[in-house]
Amino acid sequence: MSELAFFIDYSRCIGCQACVQACEECDTHRGRSMIHLETIQRRETVQTAPQVCMHCEDPICAQVCPADAIKKTSDGVVQSSLKPRCIGCSNCVLACPFGVPKYFGDIDQMMKCDLCYDRTSIGKRPMCATVCPSQALSYTTLEEIERSRDGVPSNVWRFGHEVVRTKVFVVLPRQAPAVHVDVLRGDGSVAHAGGRVDDVAEMLNG
Amino acid sequence: MADLPAAIPELVARFGPHLHSSPPGGWAANGDPDRLVKTHCCFCGQQCGIQLKVRDNKVVGFEPWEEFPFNRGKLCPKGVKRYLQNEHPDRLLTPLERRAGAGFAPIGWDAALDRTASEMRRIQQAYGPDAFAIFGGASFTNERAYVLGKFARVALRTANIDYNGRLCMVSAGAASKKILGIDRSANPWNDITKADVVLVAGANIAECAPITTDYLWQARERGAKIIVMDPRLTPIARTADLFIPVRPGGDIGVFNGMLHVMIARGWIDSAFIDAHTTGWAAVEACVRNYPPERAAQIAGVPASLIEKAAALWGPARTSFILHARGIEHHSKGVDNCMAAINLAVATGRIGREGCGYAMITGQGNGQGAREQGQKSEQLPGARDIDDPKHRQEIAAVWGVPEPSIPHKGLTVVPMIEAIHDGRIKGLLSFCFNPAVSLPDGNYVRRAFEKLEFFGVADFFLSETARYADVVFPVALMEEDEGTTTSVEGRVIHHRQAVNPPGEARQDWKLVCALADRLGAGDKFRFQSAREIFDELRLASRGGIADYYGITYERIDNEFGVFWPCPSDGHPGTPRLYEGGRFAHDDGRAHFQAVDWRPAAEEPDLEYPIILTTGRVVSQYLSGTQTRRIGGLVNQCPQPRCEMHPRLAAELGVGDADFVRIESRRGQIVVRAQIVKTIRPDTIFVPYHWPLDRSPNNCTIRAIDPVSNIPEFKICAVRVTKTVAPSDPIAALAPEAGGIR
Repeated sequence: MSELAFFIDYSRCIGCQACVQACEECDTHRGRSMIHLETIQRRETVQTAPQVCMHCEDPICAQVCPADAIKKTSDGVVQSSLKPRCIGCSNCVLACPFGVPKYFGDIDQMMKCDLCYDRTSIGKRPMCATVCPSQALSYTTLEEIERSRDGVPSNVWRFGHEVVRTKVFVVLPRQAPAVHVDVLRGDGSVAHAGGRVDDVAEMLNG
Repeated sequence: MADLPAAIPELVARFGPHLHSSPPGGWAANGDPDRLVKTHCCFCGQQCGIQLKVRDNKVVGFEPWEEFPFNRGKLCPKGVKRYLQNEHPDRLLTPLERRAGAGFAPIGWDAALDRTASEMRRIQQAYGPDAFAIFGGASFTNERAYVLGKFARVALRTANIDYNGRLCMVSAGAASKKILGIDRSANPWNDITKADVVLVAGANIAECAPITTDYLWQARERGAKIIVMDPRLTPIARTADLFIPVRPGGDIGVFNGMLHVMIARGWIDSAFIDAHTTGWAAVEACVRNYPPERAAQIAGVPASLIEKAAALWGPARTSFILHARGIEHHSKGVDNCMAAINLAVATGRIGREGCGYAMITGQGNGQGAREQGQKSEQLPGARDIDDPKHRQEIAAVWGVPEPSIPHKGLTVVPMIEAIHDGRIKGLLSFCFNPAVSLPDGNYVRRAFEKLEFFGVADFFLSETARYADVVFPVALMEEDEGTTTSVEGRVIHHRQAVNPPGEARQDWKLVCALADRLGAGDKFRFQSAREIFDELRLASRGGIADYYGITYERIDNEFGVFWPCPSDGHPGTPRLYEGGRFAHDDGRAHFQAVDWRPAAEEPDLEYPIILTTGRVVSQYLSGTQTRRIGGLVNQCPQPRCEMHPRLAAELGVGDADFVRIESRRGQIVVRAQIVKTIRPDTIFVPYHWPLDRSPNNCTIRAIDPVSNIPEFKICAVRVTKTVAPSDPIAALAPEAGGIR
């Protein structure tokens, strides 16, 4: 049995925000939610996408931090900035390929998802993945995901020519088992990977 | 009663809704809780397990309860934030009495009880016993529901008691009883995951029963096909194998059309039908008139979608039907549900692992609260109040003469009509906010003004309580002990986490104190919820909903017990109808042939658009509780009118424009939200908000002839672009009915 890991399956997300609400109940950052829940384009679709920190093997946020305030633990969890070091410059906020770090002006500090380190380091599941009703966010073993899911877990991201490996996995459809982040068109519109149309009027036309 | 005792902005300023966003002591007040209390969510019918953190007799947070098998720690945003109610600054801490022109003034419990009891006596003596009515609620524990039903029949002796489940489960219940014999979901939720095809009809599972999503997705991971029928492309419809954007009220077109195709293609189980059912010939003759082309006209969708649905459903090895308010909230709600259940019975796919049927109960104790005797036509044990044998059984438990028990009284909507025409003069309402949740809201609120006496019990001053003469402060679920019966038919245990704040008391104590003042105290000597449950078990014994073998201890040890559980050693009954044994006297399922008929009000030239109503994930029912919780309000601060870009273009409406929605009964002004995920002939507005933001100002007071459920899901409206309203109501905070 391999160790517990974090999996995101966007096809399961229902946009309920249980993750957002539960995140701010966590003891280490009470009142501040670290997770992002994106509503993609509500006019076109009800698709939503949760974004936790992916915990990069080589975290770009830490690389660009001029104050050396962002540390990764030996078990691969990228932590929030260290309060005595963070200078509030937001380099990390701008550099993160997943848009995860949040700068909080009231405390002049960057904080981010730390995989609920206070929970996961003692064997509990992260708050968001525990409560997630659709289990779009789940914290379990690779074997369990392979046993119970139709999709394929992946933790390799290709941003153009750059490859990023992460501790957190995403579950991808079998027919498209890799993440190429250049599916965004130049004009910012979304390329519908599966060609799915969410326009009810078109469906009624048959 | 007369007009409101003070202007609405003044009442809002004093009693809310105000937003409460952080735990007692603020977010910075960290520290270990004194204890974790394993209990359940107070909101929807799924009744998820949750642990409440308690410190200094205050609920200060939550912790997932991962051992509870239904939800394994999962919670929706409402469940996460429900703990903020216990210390909410809007909580009612003393009884209140109306002061004309000045709002409400605190009074003592004895004064409030004495006045209520004397008004009950006065009104009943002047106008007859049924002139005083009782409203109950489906967020009541089984114990509270039992005591309230007994109070109405034994202490007050009024026939007129009904509950807000009348707005929720009654169509599904009536249909289920007619065909299968029992008003309960037929299967435990685990069966969903083992089905090869799942048909979800009129159920916005992602927003109204979020935890059920994972059961659906587990089925899908196994390769199950998912069919969703809804006028809106909901979050679960987005990735469904087949989405049928059915016209509101067109569901029978889909169901009967599917069955027509299935018969033609031989996708029915004739051996099962012969051995275990009656009435098939009538159904066969009926659906002969629903070839896909005609069925499609009724359903308002291409015929190909109905044929595809039949092809997915018909030949499947295992299957599951889930339905909810989308098909139930109609003046033909019972027929809609029966047409759906026919599909399960015709294939013989019921009463087996992975094969079955479930209604998704909406309210917290939607299942149990209807079984214990606060529903107009029922006595405890889901007994029939007009059945002589059932009456005798309950009279014996209560120690009263059988003839003293009133017969079936009016249901909720006819009670509002009876207030208007003077047959009902007094009302005591628990756990119910009809000023927001009933259709034709202007008519409802005018009814409250006509009452000679109106008492309301609630934890907050709801929009309904503003009309009351006397308001009783009562306890939250976490401030009382009791049981509820979940969507699966699983009886579970709510543990008391803290004491009620101030002078607030548990509802059942209020009811017992009133019974005492009415001279029936000897029948209401309950000292605890457990004592009530013990009498409830006895009263349910031998009934359909038999709880006799269920105890608090068993519930705790077994993570709940499914009724019927008729004896101590009985394991409970997670799955009904095993072996094709149905609950009618002949042991068979009774098919019901149903023909489609139009809604009470279809769109026309004057009012050309269909209004349909529903919920959002962050709010619960009439919002009395959830419009007071900051995080939940932030998620969706005010209602919006969803409309398709094609309709918006016809109306000249842009995204976020203000629109006036008018029906023959009333109007609202909200902002538009333009989305491609809704039928162009239909608009949608969620109903959790009050006053000029309440789409129930527009909905119609038409009810199903059998279930008496109101037709919330279709009425005719016109929509026009308008300017931002600037009246005093509009200036209120959105959670109070304002608009931004």
